[in-house]
Amino acid sequence: MSETTSQITPARAKPWNDPRVRSLVFQLVAIAGVMWGGWTLVDNTLANMEARGISTGFGFLEQSAGFGIIMSLIPYEATDSYGRTFWVGLLNTLLVSGLGIVAATLLGFMIGVARLSSNWLIAKLSLAYIEIIRNIPLLLQIFFWYFAVLRNLPSPRQSVELGGLFFLNNRGFYLPDPIALPGFGWVELALAIAIASVIALRIWAKRRQQATGQIFPTGKVSLAILVTLPVLAFLATGAPLDWTVPELRGFNFRGGITIIPELAALWVALSLYTASFIAEIVRSGILSVSKGQTEAARALGLRQGLTLRLVVIPQAMRVIIPPLTSQYLNLVKNSSLATAIGYPDLVSVFMGTTLNQTGQAVEVVAMTMAVYLTISLLISFVMNLYNRAVALKER
Amino acid sequence: MKKIFSLAAGTATLLGVVMAGNAMANTTLENIREKGHLQCGVTSGLPGFSQPDDKGNWTGIDVDTCRAVAAAIFGDASKAQFTPLTAKERFTALQSGEIDMLSRNTTWTLTRDASLGLNFAGVNYYDGQGFLVSRELGVSDATELDGATACIQAGTTTELNMADYFRTHGMEFNALVFDTSEQTVQGFAAGRCDVLTSDRSQLAALRSKLTDPNSAVILPTIISKEPLGPVVRQGDDQWFNIVKWTLFTQVNAEELGITSANVDEMKSSDNPSIQRLLGTDGDMGEKLGLSADFGYNIIKEVGNYGEMYNRNVGPGTPLDLERGLNALWTEGGIMYAPPVR
Amino acid sequence: MNQPTVSPPKAPVAPIQWMRNNLFNTWYNSLLTLAVGYLLVTSAAPLLNWVFLDATFSGESPSDCVGEGACWLFINQRLNFFIYGFYPEDQQWRINLMFGLLALSFIPQFIEGFPARRWLGIFGMTGLPILGYILIPGGSFGLESVPSHRWGGLMLTLILAYVGIFAALPIGILLALGRRSHMPVIRGFCVVFIEVWRAVPLITVLFMASVMLPLFLPEGMNFEKLLRALIGITLWQSAYMAEVVRGGLQAIPRGQYEAASALGLGYWKKMGLIILPQALKLVIPGIVNTFIALFKDTTLVLIIGLFDVLGAVQSTVTDPAWQNVAIEGYVFVAFCFWVFCFGMSRYSQNLERKLDTGHRT
Repeated sequence: MSETTSQITPARAKPWNDPRVRSLVFQLVAIAGVMWGGWTLVDNTLANMEARGISTGFGFLEQSAGFGIIMSLIPYEATDSYGRTFWVGLLNTLLVSGLGIVAATLLGFMIGVARLSSNWLIAKLSLAYIEIIRNIPLLLQIFFWYFAVLRNLPSPRQSVELGGLFFLNNRGFYLPDPIALPGFGWVELALAIAIASVIALRIWAKRRQQATGQIFPTGKVSLAILVTLPVLAFLATGAPLDWTVPELRGFNFRGGITIIPELAALWVALSLYTASFIAEIVRSGILSVSKGQTEAARALGLRQGLTLRLVVIPQAMRVIIPPLTSQYLNLVKNSSLATAIGYPDLVSVFMGTTLNQTGQAVEVVAMTMAVYLTISLLISFVMNLYNRAVALKER
Repeated sequence: MKKIFSLAAGTATLLGVVMAGNAMANTTLENIREKGHLQCGVTSGLPGFSQPDDKGNWTGIDVDTCRAVAAAIFGDASKAQFTPLTAKERFTALQSGEIDMLSRNTTWTLTRDASLGLNFAGVNYYDGQGFLVSRELGVSDATELDGATACIQAGTTTELNMADYFRTHGMEFNALVFDTSEQTVQGFAAGRCDVLTSDRSQLAALRSKLTDPNSAVILPTIISKEPLGPVVRQGDDQWFNIVKWTLFTQVNAEELGITSANVDEMKSSDNPSIQRLLGTDGDMGEKLGLSADFGYNIIKEVGNYGEMYNRNVGPGTPLDLERGLNALWTEGGIMYAPPVR
Repeated sequence: MNQPTVSPPKAPVAPIQWMRNNLFNTWYNSLLTLAVGYLLVTSAAPLLNWVFLDATFSGESPSDCVGEGACWLFINQRLNFFIYGFYPEDQQWRINLMFGLLALSFIPQFIEGFPARRWLGIFGMTGLPILGYILIPGGSFGLESVPSHRWGGLMLTLILAYVGIFAALPIGILLALGRRSHMPVIRGFCVVFIEVWRAVPLITVLFMASVMLPLFLPEGMNFEKLLRALIGITLWQSAYMAEVVRGGLQAIPRGQYEAASALGLGYWKKMGLIILPQALKLVIPGIVNTFIALFKDTTLVLIIGLFDVLGAVQSTVTDPAWQNVAIEGYVFVAFCFWVFCFGMSRYSQNLERKLDTGHRT
C-alpha cells in the first residue's frame, strides 16, 4: 500500500488501533504475566522452604518407608522404599477405578434401558433409583456403605461360610487363590489360541455376510471354542492348578484372596453413584435416535431386542460417548475419596502417609497431580479414538 | 515495543515491592501483642488434651498449655484462641505462621526438630505407644498379636513404631490407616480391626468414646517413647523462651507448692524462689520480654502443672490416668524444671 | 411465540386396562412386575417400620431410644449444632437473617411471574455477599466477632457452595472467552489452566489449599483456613464453569458475532452486550447443574478438618453419648442434600425444556 493516497484507501490505523498489533501486545503481556506469576510462585516456595529448613529433591523416593500398607497388588514390605509406596498406591487407584468403570457402565446401561421400559413399574423404579442416588453426596454414600454396613457383618470367628471355601466377615470377603503349577502354561496358550481363532472367525463371518448375506452363528461357535479349547488343555495336562483356601489362624483368615471392606465399599459406592449418571446419559442417547429408525427396523422385521442392539444403541453411542468419557474421568477422580475410609489409594498412601513421614509436600503433591493429569489425558485420548470410530461417517 | 519495556520495568518494580515487604517482619511476641490474642493449634477433638464442647469452648491439657502462655503475655488466659488441625496439617500451619504455637499432642523427634524448621519447647506429657484390644479376644500381651489387623491414625509416628515393633518381633500385621481419630475409633468399634494402636493417653481417651468402654482393654505393653509438648517456629529465640519458661514455671510452681488457690498468699512468702517465680523480687519477666508478674498470672489464671494435669487427665476425670512418669522428679516421676534464677 | 403445547384430552382409561397396558403387556413383563412388586412389598414394610412406626421422635436423652426403630430424637437434640456449628447462640440471628435473605433472593427465581424477581436475583448476587461479609464474621459495626473456626454445619456448607459458585462465575466467563480467543497464547494458557484443574480431584485441591498454599505465598502473607479452602474451591470450580459457558458461547450463531462486528462494536462491547447475555441465558441449566455438583462436593471439606453439615453429623455419630445412631445420622444428611439437589435439578430440567423452544435442527 502506498502512502501517497487515492481517496479510497482508508487512513492507516494508529498502531494501538491495529488489531494485529494489539493482539501481539496482549499476548506478550499475557506471557510476561504468567511468567512473572510462575516465577514469584517458585521463588516464594523455594525461599519459604529454605527459610523453614524443609529439604527438597526426589532423593526421599529411595529411602525406606517403614510403614505397612494393608493392601497391595505388588509385593510390599515395610522396609521397601517410598518410591514403591507410590506404585502401590497408584495400582490400588487404578484397580478400584477400573472395577468401578466396568460395574458402573454395565449397571448404568441396564438402568438407562430399564428407564425406557414399557413396564411402568420397572421404568418408575429406575427413575427413583436415578433421582435418589445422584442427589446424595458420594462421600456420604461411601460412609454409609463402609460404616453402616460394616457394623452389621460378623467378626472373623463367626464368619458367614460357603462350602468351606468362601468366607465373609467384617475383615473382608475371602476366596480361594489359584496357584499355577508347572504345565499351566499350556492352558494359557490354549486360551490365547482360542481368542485368536474367535477373532479370525468373526472377521470371516462378517465378510461372508457382507458378500453372501448368509448369517453364521458366530456367538454360539465362539463361546464353544472359548470354553472347549482351554478345558481340553487343562484336562490333558492333568489339571495343573492348586488352590490355597483361606483358613482362620489367630485373629484373621490367612491364605486365599482377600477383598477388603474398604475396597468393596468404595467400589459399590462409586459404581452405584456413577451408574445413576450413566443411566441418564444412556437414556438421552437412546431418545436422541429418531423414532423413524426404530420404526424402520421393526418394519424390516427385527425383534425388539435386536432393534435395540443393532439399530438404536450403535447410533445412540455417538451421543453417549462424550458425556460418558467425563463420567469415567469423574469416577477416577472420585476414587480419591478412598482416603476417608482408609482404602490405600494414591492419595491416601502417597499424598497421605508418605507426605507426612517425609514432609516433602511439593514433590509428593506434584507427582500425585501429574498422575491424575496423565490418567485423565489417557482416558480422553482413548475415548476420542473410539468416538472417531463410531462417529457418523458421511460418504 | 516501548510498552513492553515499560511493562517489564513495572513488573520489576512490583517485584521489588513484594521482596521488600518480606524483609519487614516483627517478632512473634510483637505480632501477638498487636493482634491482641494468641493463636494456638490443637487437635480437632481428643478428650483430655483438646476438645471443644458444643458451644465451642475448648478444654484439655494442651489447651491449658496455650492458655498459660496467653496468661503470661496478657495476664488473661482467655486471650488464647484455638485452631483445630489434623495431624497432616499441623506443621505446615505452624511453619506458615497461621498459628503462633502448636500444642497438639505432638511427639518430639529428631527429624521433626531438625528438618521441619521447628523447635520443641519442652514436654507437657510423657507418653508411650500402646495397644487397645477388644476384651473378648482374650489377649494379655502385645507379643500375642501376630497376624492382627491394626487401626492407626494417619500422619503420626505411630505408623512407623508399629511397623518397627512387629518386624523386630518377627510378627505380621495389617495396617489400616484412617485420617482422623474419630474414624479410627469408629473403625475399631465396627470390628474392622483387632487392635487400635496409639499413644496410651489417647487410647484412654478413645476408649472413653466407645459405646461400652469396658469392652476393650489397654495392654500393658509400651513400645515407644512419646514425649509430647508444645512446638514453635525456629528463628525467634525470645518466643521459644517464653513458651519454654511458661511450662517450666508451672512445673516449678507445683514443686514449690504454689496453686491457683494459694497464689495470692504466696505472694507475701519470704521464700526467695517463690518471690522470683511470682515476680515480687527480681526482673525475671523483663528478661523474657514479659511483665514482671507473668509467673503470678500463669498460676492465677491456669494453675500449676499438677492442677492442669488433674483437671484434664488425672484420676477422677474420664481418662483417669495416674501421674506415673508425669509426676514431679521429687515424687518418682521425671517432670523436672530448671530453676528460676 | 411460546404457545403452550396442548395435549389431546385424555380418554378415560379403566385401571384394569391401564395395568394390562403398562404392567402385564407381555409374559416377561408380567413376570418382572410380579417379581419386582414382591421385592418392593417385602422390603418396604420393614423400612417403613424402621423410619416411622417403631421410631422414637421425642425425648430428652439417648436412653429414651428404645425399640427397634430409628432414633430420630438425636437430630432434634443436636439440630442447633448441625445448622450453626459452634456459632454462639446469642449471635445466631445473624445467620438466620442471612438464611432468610438467601431464600428471599433465590426461591422466587423458581416461581414464574413473582414480582421483582429479577431485582431480588441481582440483590442475591451483589448485596447479599456484601451483607454476609459484614454480618457473618462480625467484628465491625459493633457486632461481636465470630472467628471462622466456629462456623460449621449447614451454614458452612451453604457459604462454601455460594462463594464457590458466584466467585467462579466471572473467572469461568473470562476463561471461556480466553479459550475461544483468536490469540494462540491466550487460548493456550486458558486450555492448560482449564484442563489441569479439571483433571485433578477436588480433594487434592483442598489439601493443597489447606497445607501448601502458605508455601507459595510471600512470607508474612497468610489467609485463614476457610479462606484457603474457598480459594481452592473457586479456582477448581471456575474451570468447570468455563466449560459450561463455552458451551453457551458455541451455541450462539455466527451471525450474531458478525452482526455485532458490523455495527462497529469492539470486542468487549460485542461480548458484553450481544453475545454473553444470550449465551449465559442458555447455560443457566448447566450452571445449576454444576452448582448441584459443587454443593454435593462441599462435603469433602470434612477431610481437611472443617465441620460442614456431614462433618457435624459425623462427629455426633462418634460421640459416646449417642450410641449407634450412625445410620440415622447419614439418612438425615442424605435427606437434607437430597431435598436441595432434587429441587434444583427439577428447576434446571424445567428451564431446559422452556429454553429448548428455538431452532432445532
